[in-house]
Amino acid sequence: MDNLNNLMQGFADVVAPMNLLLALIGVVIGTAVGVLPGIGPAMTVALLLPITYGMEPVQAFIMFAGIFYGGMYGGSTTSILLNTPGESSSVVTAIEGNKMAKAGRAAQALATAAIGSFVAGTIGTLLLVLVTPFVVDFAVSLGAPDYFALMLLSFIAVTSVLGSSRIRGLISLLLGLTIGLVGIDAVSGQQRLTLGIPQLADGIDVVVVAVGIFAVGEALWVAAHLRRRPAEIIPVGRPWMGAKDWKRSWKPWLRGTAYGFPFGALPAGGAEIPTFLSYTTEKRLTKHPEEFGKGAIEGVAGPEAANNASAAGTLVPMLALGLPTNATAAVMLAAFQSYGIQPGPLLFDREASLVWVLIASLFVGNLLLLLLNLPLAPAWAKLLRIPRPYLYAGILFFASMGAYAVNAQPLDLFVLLVLGLLGFAMRRFGLPVLPLIVGVILGPRAELQGRRSLQLSGGDLSGLVGGPVSYAVYTTIVLALLWPLVRRFVVRPLRERSA
Amino acid sequence: MSSPSSPTDEESVQDTRPPEGKDRAQYGVCAFLALLGTAVIVDGLGIPHITSGTDPVGPRAVPLILGVLLVVIAALYAVDVARGGRGEPEAGEDVDLTQGSDWRTVLLLIGAFVVNAVLIERLGWVISGSLLFWGTAFALGNRHYVRNLLIAVTLSLTTFYAFAIGLGVNLPAGVLQGIL
Repeated sequence: MDNLNNLMQGFADVVAPMNLLLALIGVVIGTAVGVLPGIGPAMTVALLLPITYGMEPVQAFIMFAGIFYGGMYGGSTTSILLNTPGESSSVVTAIEGNKMAKAGRAAQALATAAIGSFVAGTIGTLLLVLVTPFVVDFAVSLGAPDYFALMLLSFIAVTSVLGSSRIRGLISLLLGLTIGLVGIDAVSGQQRLTLGIPQLADGIDVVVVAVGIFAVGEALWVAAHLRRRPAEIIPVGRPWMGAKDWKRSWKPWLRGTAYGFPFGALPAGGAEIPTFLSYTTEKRLTKHPEEFGKGAIEGVAGPEAANNASAAGTLVPMLALGLPTNATAAVMLAAFQSYGIQPGPLLFDREASLVWVLIASLFVGNLLLLLLNLPLAPAWAKLLRIPRPYLYAGILFFASMGAYAVNAQPLDLFVLLVLGLLGFAMRRFGLPVLPLIVGVILGPRAELQGRRSLQLSGGDLSGLVGGPVSYAVYTTIVLALLWPLVRRFVVRPLRERSA
Repeated sequence: MSSPSSPTDEESVQDTRPPEGKDRAQYGVCAFLALLGTAVIVDGLGIPHITSGTDPVGPRAVPLILGVLLVVIAALYAVDVARGGRGEPEAGEDVDLTQGSDWRTVLLLIGAFVVNAVLIERLGWVISGSLLFWGTAFALGNRHYVRNLLIAVTLSLTTFYAFAIGLGVNLPAGVLQGIL
């Protein structure tokens, strides 16, 4: 009940006129930027983070919640109207969504995505409220070895379970860890990899890394391969759904939510698996199997709900454990850190009002998004026609502004450029971006927890194992690492024998 | 952000796209990783080995481990490339991968970027940001010089007033200090 009171207090803070206005601004610019082609939710959040720097944390997070859901919804609009998912999580939405749009049912596709996102986001946030306190209670009992193990699990998860190639995922992770190493060692005060440059002593700001890799890298990559003929955009009217569409949508929304939230909440989760599971489930259960592949509304409703519910789910490990499991959560974590706030089990004690305001703003932002997007969808669709030179010039403009604003030092702009070139190279060589970001954020903290564990054991490596969680996690890690070998030497021979 | 349809494992790469030959530029990445790893090790060796009762590990251990891992992964990557492994370049709505890379555009963009970085404190965000937008739009092939200048100035003035003055974001006024 205590949490309910806290949440009510959070709502009371959010509905103050000034804060409501900030939430509205957040939703509008989040959607507007998220709709822009080539800009996924994580990039939206990274690009817009610096504009909140002058604000008080509470105001900043109210706006941020709006940007978060706005960016998510904007991304699904792009994937439906352009068949070009900004992030891997909206790939599945694009499959049927774009087919629907091409068949003249863009309005219904956008409507089921918007309402499904609202339903899933609301249920997901409710689950977040219910589940997080338990995770926090559990997390308080964890020691340094447990945290170290959980972070290792995150590293393994982003590199090998979700990624396409383990080697490429590992390269990206190691690059991120190296970037995270730059600066003064928190324990001993020694400079590491600073090249004697005093401005690097504080390390490279995560926001600069995220903006450089996502925004500048993307802009340079696209610029090198710019399609001179603009992509075809499907005109769209005001989104609406008939009774039949509602009837076909509501179950997929709920099933998608059921898939999305648990996967998002796992320390090794993500949106790719639940959106895909939702798609295959709907395909199996539908009464209109002939429409799948030609634009079935269930194939938009389910995955889009799964995507949003998973986004709400990722906030559980992010807030309760300080572990980001997707790129957007990683940037959100950076936002907390920029205010000197460290997410983790103590967050709910130390910054209780802030957390509950954030959660209340998620509810409010979600509602605003629905109210705003149904009437405004045709206007958002016009943003897709923005001339590409202006789009990418604008991205570089705001990226530079944001990166400078972090520390007000021009050196950050050069760091931004170097990171942008790194992002360019990673896109060229098919190296995934997420492991790098997770490495930058979690690397220093994993080192800290590891050293803390060894402090207790006086430097003996046995100190790294301790506590039930660390045993469970190490077992999981070993299984995850051994899985390809098992598949190669056990599963495949068995299958071949039976074939 | 990574392309979701990329090949799954080193082996399946060979299964799905064998005819295109090796992507030799990947060896450059191996070299870069090996060099980076060596640099991290060298830097790590230069850190004084300070340990104490509260910190038996000291600041050196992690850089040394990381450096070794970088060198190891460089070698593993080289093996993967030699076996025909390749990463799939990221696709996107505005990306046309059938043509080669347009290096002229990229260099012009970097130029505009550096101009902004050098001038931002001297001339201030309004001027350097305008140059940045105008320069990048030019680099990307837009030739409406006057219109772009108007957009650039409007954009940097708006951001300056909205963010620096309105929201308290750090943006320098530069030579226009007192005028804006």
